[in-house]
Amino acid sequence: MRTSSIADRVRQIRGSGIREFFDIAQRMEGAISLGVGEPDFVTPWSIREACIFSLEKGYTSYTSNWGLPELREPISDKIYKESGVYYEPEGEILITTGVSEAFDLALRAIINSNDEIILHEPSYVSYKPCTVFAGGAPVCVDTEVGDEFRLRAEKIEEKITEQTKAVILSYPNNPTGATMRKKDLEEIAEVVNEHDLIVISDEIYGKLTYEGKHTCFSSLNGMRERTILLNGFSKAYAMTGWRIGYAAGNKDIIEAMMKIHQYIMLCAPITAQMAAVEALRCDDEVERMVSEYNKRRRLMVEGLTEIGLSCFEPKGAFYTFPSIENTGLTSEEFAKRLLFEEKVVVIPGSIFGACGEGFIRCSYAVSQYELKEALERMGRFLEKHRIV
Amino acid sequence: MKEEGKEEEILKILEENARISDKEIARMLGIEVNEVKEIISKLERAGVIRKYKAVINYEKAGIETVQALIDVKVSPERNTGYDSVAERISRFPEVKSVRLVSGEYDLSVLVSGKTMHEVAYFVAEKIAPLEQVRNTVTHFLLKTYKENGEIYEEEEKGERLAVTL
Repeated sequence: MRTSSIADRVRQIRGSGIREFFDIAQRMEGAISLGVGEPDFVTPWSIREACIFSLEKGYTSYTSNWGLPELREPISDKIYKESGVYYEPEGEILITTGVSEAFDLALRAIINSNDEIILHEPSYVSYKPCTVFAGGAPVCVDTEVGDEFRLRAEKIEEKITEQTKAVILSYPNNPTGATMRKKDLEEIAEVVNEHDLIVISDEIYGKLTYEGKHTCFSSLNGMRERTILLNGFSKAYAMTGWRIGYAAGNKDIIEAMMKIHQYIMLCAPITAQMAAVEALRCDDEVERMVSEYNKRRRLMVEGLTEIGLSCFEPKGAFYTFPSIENTGLTSEEFAKRLLFEEKVVVIPGSIFGACGEGFIRCSYAVSQYELKEALERMGRFLEKHRIV
Repeated sequence: MKEEGKEEEILKILEENARISDKEIARMLGIEVNEVKEIISKLERAGVIRKYKAVINYEKAGIETVQALIDVKVSPERNTGYDSVAERISRFPEVKSVRLVSGEYDLSVLVSGKTMHEVAYFVAEKIAPLEQVRNTVTHFLLKTYKENGEIYEEEEKGERLAVTL
């Protein structure tokens, strides 16, 4: 096949060389993986049970393009209860196939050719490529460990041009575990207002906030109309494989997203939507998992510090992002050697953006036993390499 | 974290894993080791923590044991109600638990022995003849699926990918 048969915008996104390393990691026997980006809990039983029941009852059809009303309604209630923002279940909430779809829809609904989208790094790997696929131009803002990986309003302002359309916000953050204080967000809101921008706020890790309370961006003064709020069930409810997310926002934008969604996806799977309805009744289970993550978070931060890696204290999600600078290795070298010498999988920080170099992402969505074993192996590895 | 909050957290951690070290508990909760030691010894002294035990699947260990749940109907006594007979039954080492329950009968007693005969004999010899006991029904346990919050046969769990971003 001629390479030219592939569209430019797809071709320009290069498959990272790191894929090969990941393939090896996937297959390695006896490896402990801190490379996971999903809960180690199985979906709570009552949710699985509700899904089985729905199948027995024969719920196997399409749903409304918007998603089941009996799911949109409790989602509306939940957002209102947790953050004080009200979204109409009819027309302001759209159920999607995971936040991934919602994110893509949001971009495609708002981007005109070459519109610039500001995003902060280190951040989740999809934001940049999805922006490009949607015909936009990603503009990256670095965040720094010294500033707790927070996105600063003035840094956004420096990057704003005539072409700027939107800002992507992603807190609690993957890969750093950073959260934002309300005050920081309010400063961003001011800039957003002043420059007439849209905010796409990916709050999938919102429930996994261990210190302070998560602030929903659309709850800030004047931000409800400017925010596309994205959330879903994957992380807090341990439902990654079910692929259920949602978008909430003003009628015009949600309507535009819905227009794309009805042609490309039609609707999210009904079985998973039925399960999600039950999930919203499982706050106790969520609390139990959050409390367990919090314990592991502390174990891991202390453990990493003890073996000699300086580690920013994450306040959300389930990742730590320790610095490996004192080893003299690049993050990719570090990850590769650690895998081959001690069979521990970690993710090189550089794949989350250039400013992630010098860090590795270690997930604590693993059992306490695995966590301890992984730390022990990493300790041994560091013993060896600090001398090199 | 509030004082009672810490106590409850520590109890939950120990209930899940009684062999965990004080240092690890301290780390998990973000408090000092000494504080953990103090809280635990206070809970032990107060009798909140009764004992540290293992949850054992004897069937898997190949050790034969027989257990039976005995429904016991009793005539309560004037001053002590069900307490005195319940306490008498509780003293037998063969008896693993004694609970006062609502419904058809009064006490639910778990008895353990080496053989069915031994258990049946124990009930007939030691429990049934008690003056206050009016009736007993013995249910031998055939299989345990879950004990103390632990599911015996490991739940099937799908393999996660080693790397997801």
